[in-house]
Amino acid sequence: MSSVDYQLVVGLEVHVQLKTLTKLFCGCSTTFGAAPNTQTCPVCLGHPGTLPVLNREAIRLAIRTGLALNSTIPPTTKWDRKNYFYPDLPKGYQISQFDQPICQGGELKLPGDETSSPRTIRITRAHLEEDAGKSMHDESSGSADSRIDLNRTGTPLLEIVSEPDIRSAEEAKQYLTELKLLLTYLQVSDCNMQEGSLRVDANVNLHLQRGDELVATPIVEIKNLNSFRAVERALVYEAQRQREVFEDTGQRIGEAPKQTRGWDDNLQVTKVQREKEESSDYRYFPDPDLVPIMLPESWVTELKSDLGALPAALRERLKTEFGLSQYDADVIVNQGPDMVAYFEAVASNLKDAKRASNWIQQDVMRTLNDMEYSLADFSIKADDLAKLLQLIEAGELDNSRGRDVYQWLLDHPGTPEEGMKALGIASVGSDDLLDLCKQLIGEHPSAVSDFKAGKKQALGAMIGAARKLNPNANPGKVKDLLSQLISHED
Amino acid sequence: MTDSAVELTRGFKEGKWTAVETTQLFLDRINANESKVHAFLSVDADRALADARKVDEKREAGESLGRLAGIPVAVKDLICTQEWTTTCGSKMLETYRPPYDATVVEKLQAADAILIGKTNLDEFAMGSSTEHSAFGRTHNPWDLERVAGGSSGGAAACVAADMALLSLGTDTGGSIRQPAAFCGVVGLKPTYGRVSRRGLIAFASSLDQIGPLAWTAEDTALLLETIAGHDPADSTSAPREVPSYSDTLNQPLKGLRIGIIEDHFEEGLNHEISQAIQTLIQWLEDAGAIPEPVRLPHSRYGIATYYVVASSEASSNLARYDAAHYGYRTSNEDAAENLEAMYERSRSEALGNEVKRRIMLGTYALSSGYYDAYYLNALKVRRLIRDDFESAFQKVDLLLGPTTPSAAFRAGEKSTDPLSMYLEDIYTVLANLAGVPAVAFPCGQTGEGLPISAQLWGPAFEEGRLLQVVHQFQSHTEWHKKRPSFS
Ligand SMILES: [Zn+2]
Repeated sequence: MSSVDYQLVVGLEVHVQLKTLTKLFCGCSTTFGAAPNTQTCPVCLGHPGTLPVLNREAIRLAIRTGLALNSTIPPTTKWDRKNYFYPDLPKGYQISQFDQPICQGGELKLPGDETSSPRTIRITRAHLEEDAGKSMHDESSGSADSRIDLNRTGTPLLEIVSEPDIRSAEEAKQYLTELKLLLTYLQVSDCNMQEGSLRVDANVNLHLQRGDELVATPIVEIKNLNSFRAVERALVYEAQRQREVFEDTGQRIGEAPKQTRGWDDNLQVTKVQREKEESSDYRYFPDPDLVPIMLPESWVTELKSDLGALPAALRERLKTEFGLSQYDADVIVNQGPDMVAYFEAVASNLKDAKRASNWIQQDVMRTLNDMEYSLADFSIKADDLAKLLQLIEAGELDNSRGRDVYQWLLDHPGTPEEGMKALGIASVGSDDLLDLCKQLIGEHPSAVSDFKAGKKQALGAMIGAARKLNPNANPGKVKDLLSQLISHED
Repeated sequence: MTDSAVELTRGFKEGKWTAVETTQLFLDRINANESKVHAFLSVDADRALADARKVDEKREAGESLGRLAGIPVAVKDLICTQEWTTTCGSKMLETYRPPYDATVVEKLQAADAILIGKTNLDEFAMGSSTEHSAFGRTHNPWDLERVAGGSSGGAAACVAADMALLSLGTDTGGSIRQPAAFCGVVGLKPTYGRVSRRGLIAFASSLDQIGPLAWTAEDTALLLETIAGHDPADSTSAPREVPSYSDTLNQPLKGLRIGIIEDHFEEGLNHEISQAIQTLIQWLEDAGAIPEPVRLPHSRYGIATYYVVASSEASSNLARYDAAHYGYRTSNEDAAENLEAMYERSRSEALGNEVKRRIMLGTYALSSGYYDAYYLNALKVRRLIRDDFESAFQKVDLLLGPTTPSAAFRAGEKSTDPLSMYLEDIYTVLANLAGVPAVAFPCGQTGEGLPISAQLWGPAFEEGRLLQVVHQFQSHTEWHKKRPSFS
């Protein structure tokens, strides 16, 4: 038996800031990073007498996401008020959706990898709501000095709630990675965890086998998860902690109040924030300032036809149409839709798509990384790379000289052919190659006799020397011709 | 001079008087009477005169002028004005200056009206006597010992005391019509969605409407035409054209079917009021209208339904007064250390008892475990009340009944008994629950010389029909010309 005698059970709540220009219910900008309280107006400041006016773009982005998650989009949806007091919530309530979310049900398919098989995680719902502001507690000043920035107040959020279908920390990370990728493809969110445009809460408990009985521990909500890595670590920690607590107390689900714990990234532990009972009654009721939203079927159908290719379908396409492995398809699809388009543009001009995949993974991605470029800023366009790889495919130059041209293309405007000319790369004619090899045989008698004695590696030194004599000499061709000539000497 | 905006305007055009002269006249009356009535929470004489001067200059220069050019208009202090504090009659907002003007205020200014002052009210519009103002009660000009009604008590009293010609009130359960009744003026609650609520500080968002008060149906029509209309900044405002109410005032009443709400003439109604309305019905019949009895079977659930719905919404609407961003903040030391203490102390110190009572009622009604029994049931009954009106308006064109069960009561008489105060709204809340328009207008006097008021209700967006009846009644009777004799 393994030492792990429990099953981790996790449901994730992911808050996604939707990429609208303006807030959900007023005209203020949603741009991140402005000076505190500069992107506000009477509406998002919650001044008396102000009224919300819906930004329909948020509805469009929410429906797009729901359709990609296979959710049901109802014919109408409505707004509710979630009432609670907090200084970063200036109205004393949050406009949210309680019993008629805009996306109902759904699923997210995890592709699986070398160590895990594909799985489907069910989605419970996704609902729209307005974001709260940010409280900044300044403890350095000695007194308990709190400051509030309301720039974020009213930014549209889509809260995507999964069923408790996730069974390990690793799987939680896979779910988040796949979800983030999907949202990126949909262009509905920046998904930037540092800027808070993607935030995760986890609901966690354990199922333990005790004799014939399956026992569940009380559910704990973990907040303050600021990276996917933090999610993974917090879940591993929390599993261990809940197991120990269960051994101590024997408390099962329903026997203790739902607890909220925060992840402390420095100490790598979860700490209790509050017992849920203290603040559980949000007194939801329909917001009388807003009318129900009609979602005509024709609009939903139009949005569905407009979704574009999504990661799962693209992976399949790269595998079946281009013959890539699951791993290679994953790497390229994970780079985003621009990279897939780039790959397809290059690969469709080549006999061997694998060559495009290799070059993109080894050269293009490294360049982008080193230079912190996005593909849009990248100077070697797909046509140029395709041409370069075609030249390599035709034997006009080898991979090594190819990289010289690649580097030249990074530094200069121009075509691969112009790069070759500038670098003095020309394919070496067969007469020249014969002369070169004869010269080498004359100059390296000991290598020749070693080769004859069966030491195949002996040719290496001569190939290296060939490169010095003529950098354009194709090492493969040199090698073939040398062995031919030496074998025929006798 | 004159007691009608329509005639005042005619005088301006004929050069009989200037806006500065008439504005000064109203300011003089405020100086003379305000200390007895206390209709206003703020009056800005300098600003009013400066605005009047601008109107006169524009007129002299031959520039085009708005429909309310030079007319003194008072605005209930629940409606946001950028240039004046907007207190809601509450210590919580005693010094609060909104960063924007309500849509109706923008419309008044665009119409070149003279904003003469902000009027007193029950705190956050919660009350029926204007005794629940944090800044002192408003006195009824007909009998200073009596209440002016509420919550728009100041709005009605300032017209009754000739301190403004037109006045904007707000009506959530009768807050325009009941004070209009007590003060003997016309007060109209428009169809829900007819007038923008942007800048109306919310009491109960699904019931609140801004509406006009004036002496005559003609002036009421003029003011309603000015403030009504779709506002993209209010999602609940109706995208419908505003008809010219003034143009249809004289359409004949012949054949108009008028439903007499029998349920409202049963127990609880003062005999003199009942008599006065019988006389009105007789007049209507003489004018060619056809009265017929109508029942609103669910009308007796109106008060209970109203207090659950309105208090629930209020408990949420008033949550924003948390002392964190604007408004009153406690100076108690505990509050500096502890957030909960700051909320509790500030709200306890700055909100009045009636407001607290309704916040607690609403919080209770929305709490988990009670939501279905109270809030949800109230919504169901609200639907039934709407259905009552819908079926009634399939049979008749208008409904008629009393505005209040009795004439203005004495100050202090009901302020310690919330339930009897709540019953003041028994005939008025239904129009808010159903979203239909209703107008209160004077149709008699009690033996003690207090105004008696009738209430007419119409189908949604039929304000014109209401004003048509009131106008023709006024053309043949003198009740709207009676004036209190306190000065
Ligand atoms: Zn804003």
